[in-house]
Amino acid sequence: MFNQKKFIKVLSYLAMVLVAIAIFAPFYWLIISSISTMSELLCTPPHWFPKYPTLDNYLNIFFPKTGVARAAKIFMYTVRNSLIVAGGVTIISLTLGSFAAYALAKLVFPMRNQILISILATRMLPAISTMIPLYIIMTKFNLIDTKICLIILYFTFSIPYVIWIMVGFFRTIPSELEDAARIDGCSRLGSFFRVILPLSAPGLIATTVIAFMLSWDEFFFALILTNTPNAKTVPVTITEFAGRHLIDYGSMCTGGVLACIPPVLIALIFYRFIVRGLTEGAVKG
Amino acid sequence: MISFHFSEKFRFRELSEAQLAYLIILPSVVILLCVIFYPIIYTFYLSFHKMFLTQPGKVPFIGLKNYIDFFHSSFFWNAILRTAYFAFLSVGMELILGLGIALLLNQNLVGSKFLKVAIMIPWAIPTVVIGIMWKWIYDANYGALNGLLFSLGIISKYQAWLARPYTAMNLVIIADVWHMTPFVVLIFLASLAVLPKALYEAAEIDGASAWQCFKRITLPLLTPAILIVLVSRTVEAFKVFDIIYVMTSGGPANGTQVINYYTYLETFGYLHFCRGSALSFIISATVLITALIYIKFLHKGIEYI
Repeated sequence: MFNQKKFIKVLSYLAMVLVAIAIFAPFYWLIISSISTMSELLCTPPHWFPKYPTLDNYLNIFFPKTGVARAAKIFMYTVRNSLIVAGGVTIISLTLGSFAAYALAKLVFPMRNQILISILATRMLPAISTMIPLYIIMTKFNLIDTKICLIILYFTFSIPYVIWIMVGFFRTIPSELEDAARIDGCSRLGSFFRVILPLSAPGLIATTVIAFMLSWDEFFFALILTNTPNAKTVPVTITEFAGRHLIDYGSMCTGGVLACIPPVLIALIFYRFIVRGLTEGAVKG
Repeated sequence: MISFHFSEKFRFRELSEAQLAYLIILPSVVILLCVIFYPIIYTFYLSFHKMFLTQPGKVPFIGLKNYIDFFHSSFFWNAILRTAYFAFLSVGMELILGLGIALLLNQNLVGSKFLKVAIMIPWAIPTVVIGIMWKWIYDANYGALNGLLFSLGIISKYQAWLARPYTAMNLVIIADVWHMTPFVVLIFLASLAVLPKALYEAAEIDGASAWQCFKRITLPLLTPAILIVLVSRTVEAFKVFDIIYVMTSGGPANGTQVINYYTYLETFGYLHFCRGSALSFIISATVLITALIYIKFLHKGIEYI
């Protein structure tokens, strides 16, 4: 007996399997490439399951010996740089951003909407349109190739996100709660710290995670403004796994896998918060 | 206002609401002014000048010449066309795939929960890693795509996928779609979750088919989400740089040289700072106009909800 509902269900399951393959297959290949030996990588057709899996690529990055590629040698330094920069940006933009978001969401003052829209509009600007003057300024202050420089610049693109999401969260908190705290003798900032902030904890987590991921992902500023292990970040280093004659894809994929670990883990752990943060910002504008 | 609740002494001590607001916004605004608004104005200034690297300090005013040069340059128009192609195709595919996958996962079949979480992985991977991963998959001599198609007998010999301009562009678009579709899925799933169930029950009683339900209920109610996705993704697509830099460096034969990459080359490749400024200003203007449309549509979208 032909059953339309059942048919649709079977189709749906098929589609879901396809989606799962589409998600995992490329990522699987990245991981497999990182644990294959060079000679296996250069087989045609490739070995989908490596016969001799090896952790050499990882060892070369964690404990660089003489003779490994320069990118592998400096990789762990750049991981540290990336962590410092992303962590610094997250802390600063979360602190300043949630204050600003509170004012923009809850306080009444002239030019409120204009300020909010101009801050959000900066998200739309391409990084390159500010790059030349920034390069000149940073040279003047001797900040080229420093982590401070990256923290300042990354702040400018994470703050609009922070404000966007936090304004959305703050607006969902009824003013009556705050009014009650004020009547009981709380100051305005007191009610912010004791009432508003604890209630928007999910928003704060979402914002922290997204700010960190954005900074971890950033490439263009780091490409132009850093050139030594002193401040170079992970994305820049990954593009430099080129040998003398050919690109060392095995090590490159290893770097790629390592660079994926923090954001992917964070995304999976904080899944719920990220979804809420993104949609809160997106849906409520 | 509620200030009359407080004693005279207390009110005196506290800043007025507007003062407090300005005070706590100040740090963010000052940094943004220094690091975004000042540079933008400086870029605008540079775009009307010419700079000689051999003669520092000499920056003659040349009016609109930089802009006029670009409007006469085929490189410029080709870059614009490529950007438009990239934006149109990638955003279109992300929208359709994103909507399809969101509807699929919204049926809450066995395994949907797992996929809803797993789909975060492509989105969480850094853009540069997306670039090297797909570049390696497309590799002409040892790539997985060649290996797969060859094993299945679809191609008779290995192809240099990224060596043909048109193919290269499409393959970069596929990589971008893989990366950003999850974001679209997330937005749609969130919107689908809050759709009123009563409407569907009423439609079912009235004998509407699944397709009619989709066309008459789901799609209209998703309009705000669709607009948000469309315009925010278009803005990002206009600014695409990282993935192009990593995968093709604008090549082959400039086949993937989008406007942002062209600007990068002018500025940091040929060191034509003033021409680069003019270009980046053109991008900013285009993107900002799109953004204004965005804000306008978004307000409409909110009224709709």
